[in-house]
Amino acid sequence: MEKFTTYEGLVVPLDRANVDTDAIIPKQFLKSIKRSGFGPNAFDEWRYLDHGEPGMDNANRIKNPDFILNQQRYQGASILLVRSNFGCGSSREHAPWALQDFGFRAILGESFADIFFNNCFKNGLLPIVLPKAEIDALFLLTKSTPGFRITVDLAAQVVSRPDGHKIPFVVDAFRKECLLNGWDDIDLTLRQAEKIRAFEAQRRIEQPWLFA
Amino acid sequence: MSKTLYDKLWENHVVHVEADGTALLYIDRHLVHEVTSPQAFEGLKLAGRKPWRVSSIVATADHNTPTDHWEKGIQDPVSRQQVETLDANIHEVGALAYFPFKDKRQGIVHVIGPEQGATLPGMTVVCGDSHTSTHGAFACLAHGIGTSEVEHVLATQCLLQKKSKAMLIKIEGKVGAGVTAKDIVLALIGKIGTAGGTGYAIEFGGPAIRALSMEGRMTVCNMAIEAGARVGFVAVDETTIEYLKGRTFAPKAADWEKATAYWRTLVSDADAPFDAVVELDASEIAPQVTWGTSPEMVASIEGNVPAPEDFSDPVKREGVARALEYMGLVPHTPINQIMIDKVFIGSCTNSRIEDLRAAAAVAKGRHVAANVKLALVVPGSGLVKHQAEAEGLDKIFLAAGFEWRQPGCSMCLAMNDDRLLPGERCASTSNRNFEGRQGNGGRTHLLSPAMAVAAAIAGHFSDVRELTS
Ligand code: SF4
Repeated sequence: MEKFTTYEGLVVPLDRANVDTDAIIPKQFLKSIKRSGFGPNAFDEWRYLDHGEPGMDNANRIKNPDFILNQQRYQGASILLVRSNFGCGSSREHAPWALQDFGFRAILGESFADIFFNNCFKNGLLPIVLPKAEIDALFLLTKSTPGFRITVDLAAQVVSRPDGHKIPFVVDAFRKECLLNGWDDIDLTLRQAEKIRAFEAQRRIEQPWLFA
Repeated sequence: MSKTLYDKLWENHVVHVEADGTALLYIDRHLVHEVTSPQAFEGLKLAGRKPWRVSSIVATADHNTPTDHWEKGIQDPVSRQQVETLDANIHEVGALAYFPFKDKRQGIVHVIGPEQGATLPGMTVVCGDSHTSTHGAFACLAHGIGTSEVEHVLATQCLLQKKSKAMLIKIEGKVGAGVTAKDIVLALIGKIGTAGGTGYAIEFGGPAIRALSMEGRMTVCNMAIEAGARVGFVAVDETTIEYLKGRTFAPKAADWEKATAYWRTLVSDADAPFDAVVELDASEIAPQVTWGTSPEMVASIEGNVPAPEDFSDPVKREGVARALEYMGLVPHTPINQIMIDKVFIGSCTNSRIEDLRAAAAVAKGRHVAANVKLALVVPGSGLVKHQAEAEGLDKIFLAAGFEWRQPGCSMCLAMNDDRLLPGERCASTSNRNFEGRQGNGGRTHLLSPAMAVAAAIAGHFSDVRELTS
C-alpha cells in the first residue's frame, strides 16, 4: 500500500450530502474482475452526459460541463471536500478504488459511511472527519478562492489552510501507523498467526458445530 | 457486570487487541459472491497465500445472474466472466458449500445462508456485501466488508475491527393489520435518518420485534445498513431455534442440545447499559412508501410528498429539492396518487417464502393494472421458488399478470437485464432508492411486498389495508 505522510493538494468541493457508492462508481463497472482502471468512470452518471458502460472510450464521451469535477479551475484536484454521510450504500471497494485512480488522496467531510470509511484506509486514501463549522468554512473558501489548496499532515493530525488556520483531526492510532508506514494489513495480522490458531483450537472444542 | 448482546458476541470472538482498541475478530462464516471476490482471490494468489479455513466459505452467484431464459446461459460476456471467475476460484480453493448458477439451491447470498442453516446464532458472519447485516436476525455479528477485507478474511480468518457503540431500538406495542417488518424498518429510518446508526451496533428489540418471524427479523436487520449501522441484530428466542431445527448445516443430536443451550444465553442482560436507546410505537406505524432518493425520505401511505421548504437545514432542503426533481414529483402530492410503471417483488430484503405468501394473498383473484408495464416476482432462492410453487403461489401471480422468475438479485440493483428505463417509476420491495439504483434514470419507491401488490393492482400506490380489510 502507498504510504501517506504529508500531502498538499488542490481541493474540489462536492456540495451534496448522502453521496452513495453507486454515484461514486455505478454498478455496471463492478463487473470488472480487476482492481484498477475505475478512475475514468468515477461519478460516471454525473460526469458525462451519455450513459456509461464498461469498455467505452471515455476520452471521447461528452462531459457534463456543470459537474464540479469537470470545471477548469478544479482540474488536477486531489483532495475532495464533501458533506455528511459520504460513501453510503453498498460495500463496494470499487468506490475508493475509483476515487484513488482518479487521483484523490484525501477526503474531508462532516461524516462518512462506516464501510466506505474503512475501505479507504485499505487503499492509501485518507478520509478525514471535521466539525461542520470547519467544513462549512472550507466550502466557502474553496468556492471563493481559485486554486485553493490545503495540506494534510497525518503524523501531526492537522489540516492546514493557506491562511495559516490549522484544524486538528482524529484518527485511530492503529490505522495511522499502517498508513504512515504503508503496511499491509494481512502481513500484520499474520504476525498473530499463533494466537489465531490457539483461539481456533479452543473454539473447536467449545462450539464444535461451527466447524462441521 | 451486565452485558449487552453486542458485548457477548464481541467478546466471544476477540483474538487479539491493539493498544488503541482495534481488535482481531475471529470469523466463523464467510459468504462469498461473484462481484466483490475476484480481486480478493487474485490478491491472495499473487501474494502466494492460502485460504486459512475453506470450510468457513459458503458461496453463490447472485448479483449478475439472469432471471429468465436460463437455457441460454449468461448472455452478457462481462457478467459471464465474473461468474465463471467465481466458479474457477471456488473450484481451486474449495468451500463448505457452493451453489453455482442454475443449482437448485442457488439464490441471493443473504437468503441462502439462513435457509441452509449456515448462519447460526453466536457466529461472526462476513460477506463482501453491505446487506450482510441481514444475518443479525440470528443473533450473529454480521458485517458487510470491502474486497480488501474479503482477502484479509480469506488469508487470516480474522477481521480488523474497532468496537462500536451499542444502540437499542425498541419497537413497542403491536403492528396493525397490513403493517409488516418492512414498514417498521422504513418508519424507523424515517425517524433516525440514514446516518442515525452510524458508529453503532444496533440491537432490535421490544414486543413488536419479538412477534416477528425470522423472515421479518431478517427484513429489519437487512436494512440496519440503510440506517448507517454496519451491524444490526436480534436476540435469540424460541422463534430463532425453531427456524434452525433440521436445516442442512445446523448442528445435530448432542451438538444441537449443547448449541441451543449456548444460544439461549445470546440476549442482553436485563440492565445492560446502552449508549443510545430509541423507542418507536408499532401501533402508530402505517404502511410506508419512500418518495425520494434515500431510504429516510419516506412517508406513510396516508401522507403527502413534502416540499423543500418543510426543512430548515439548507443542505437537507437542497437534497429534497434535488430528490423531487430526480423523482419527477410535485410537493404536496398525496402518496396514493402517484402512478407507477413497474413493480419489483424480490431482493434480500423481501424475497423469502413469507414475503411471497403475503404478496400472493393480496394478488389472489385480482389483476395488475393496465398502466403497469411489468410486474416481476423474483424469489430469493431456488428453494424459496420451489416451496412457493408447491403452495401454488406461482399460479396466483401468473393469473394476476405478474411474471414469475428465477432467483437472484435482479432488479434490486440492475446488474443483469432486469432494470428500469430512464424516468420509469417502480414500486419495489428492495432496500435502496438511490439515483439509478434500478437502472439509469429509474425512480424507485420502497415498500412492503403486500403494498407492492396493492400498487400493481391499482396502478398507483394504494393502502393495502383497504384491499384486505
Ligand atoms: S438483493 Fe440487492 S441488496 Fe441484496 S445482495 Fe442482492 S443486490 Fe445486494
